[in-house]
Amino acid sequence: MSIDTQTAARVAKLARIEVDDADLPVLAEEFNAILGFIEQLGEVDIDGVEPMTSVTPMRLKRRDDEVSDGDQQSKVLKNAPDAREGFFAVPKVVE
Amino acid sequence: MSELNTLTISEARDRLRSGEITATELTEACLKAVEDAGALNAFVHHTPEIAMEQAKAAEARLQGSEEAPAMCGVPIGIKDLFCTKGVPSQAASAILNGFKPEYESTVSQNLFDAGAIMLGKLNMDEFAMGSSNETSTYGNAVNPWRRGNDDAALTPGGSSGGSASAVAADLCLAATGTDTGGSIRQPAAFTGITGIKPTYGRCSRWGIVAFASSLDQAGPMTKSVRDAAIMLETMCGHDPKDSTSADLPVPNFEAMLTGDIKGKTIGIPKEYRMDGMPDEIEALWQSGTEMLRDAGAEIRDISLKHTKYALPAYYVLAPAEASSNLARYDGVRYGHRAQLAQGDGITEMYEKTRAEGFGAEVKRRVMIGTYVLSAGFYDAYYNRARKVRALIKKDFDDVFAEGVDAILTPATPSAAFGLGEMADVDPVAMYLNDVFTVTVNLAGLPGISVPAGVDAQGLPLGLQLIGRPWEEGDLLNTAYTLETAAGFLAKPSKWW
Repeated sequence: MSIDTQTAARVAKLARIEVDDADLPVLAEEFNAILGFIEQLGEVDIDGVEPMTSVTPMRLKRRDDEVSDGDQQSKVLKNAPDAREGFFAVPKVVE
Repeated sequence: MSELNTLTISEARDRLRSGEITATELTEACLKAVEDAGALNAFVHHTPEIAMEQAKAAEARLQGSEEAPAMCGVPIGIKDLFCTKGVPSQAASAILNGFKPEYESTVSQNLFDAGAIMLGKLNMDEFAMGSSNETSTYGNAVNPWRRGNDDAALTPGGSSGGSASAVAADLCLAATGTDTGGSIRQPAAFTGITGIKPTYGRCSRWGIVAFASSLDQAGPMTKSVRDAAIMLETMCGHDPKDSTSADLPVPNFEAMLTGDIKGKTIGIPKEYRMDGMPDEIEALWQSGTEMLRDAGAEIRDISLKHTKYALPAYYVLAPAEASSNLARYDGVRYGHRAQLAQGDGITEMYEKTRAEGFGAEVKRRVMIGTYVLSAGFYDAYYNRARKVRALIKKDFDDVFAEGVDAILTPATPSAAFGLGEMADVDPVAMYLNDVFTVTVNLAGLPGISVPAGVDAQGLPLGLQLIGRPWEEGDLLNTAYTLETAAGFLAKPSKWW
């Protein structure tokens, strides 16, 4: 499996990271080095093995379904790069 | 009397309780040491006002009380990955520039509730992704150790490199670290200190910036095994805010340090004998084995046959989880947002913000994670890696079921390397640093790195002990026995 610049560009797009076209060949090369390393996993016999979902055999605890917190609008917005009138503000979205 | 900042936690506790020293004196000594150590770039955000306030409160609590918690009045550093209320918490990333959490991580809260004092935030690799501290937005921390008289700057390891550097250089008595693939144990080994990653679920992950949630665990980085026992006990405990936090009692780990390991079985895994491993590491491992044998343990050769596949599995699973976790850095809720050009929409905002805010290694891992999770590759990579992970854990389960109490391995494949030395190699070469530690994260087990010797150039080397799940107390006792036998007392000579 080899990654070309087109695939690298597609992955960058999926990851929402802008990458200059000029940087794509190097990126593709790095991906190939890492994926080449990962390819070794193909040697392992995984027949009948369940994929791990939890490393410790514990059920996730459930909490009571009740309100335990709230009324923290100003704290929630405090670190926002752009907050207006009690909301997070983003560039106009037109679909 | 030596400088107060060189004390261990246990020494400081005894002197604080007896009134021989005060928390304020101790804190002032550490703040001075921190101030003088700018060249190490270990502390990246300084909080002297908070420290002095906490010292006063600790003093009041210690007043004539033999019952004050062990961490009361003990100055520590906090890795930048922990959210600390009102104090910059950036995970060493530019994308979190200016971020000051409105809340406190459970682990740091537990420490502060016990009276610990925060001197500041510690350098690390960006989002804990790295083994040399060179991916930090603050520039790298520096190892206080040097090769003999060579003044070349060495890495303190990573990702908890600032924590390791600060503890080794006596800037603080101890520090918090986190470990996803070896990020506590590798830097501890590189700097001649002790670092333990507890069983997955022992420490709450709430308020710790997430890298790979199924692997991340916090732990203490300290000057001795006893200190690790004391500090770990304070950090642990069930937390309803982390659904993977274990609802199990936390034992008094320090009380379990008897130094008696007679009748224990120590496994020596043959797969950890890597091709091209330096003779010094091999010799250290051998001598560690002899020390445990001399202490009355039975030594048994064991096999963990999927060891070789741990790193490749890790480099599927950790980036996959990271790509999901780091999706939250979108320029909307906190941290950096890129300047936008006329006509840019929300997608451009995401793409430019993330391109500017993330460093090269973080981008690489997020994109690898995106790739292995993308349609058509999910089964081939991600699901396969999760199955291999199950096999790696089973290797450990099997040897523990056969009566092995702990496993002894080298902590790292080399001593600390020079900063910049790995700049021209491909990313995989750097990943090999975690070859002995990453299995432990995949299996969710406790692992501890103990300084056990020095190499020909005078640099510290560590040995790793791996224990049964939830049996940190027993593991610490074995580590304590090894520490006592190894008698590692070397300190870096001060050049900074």
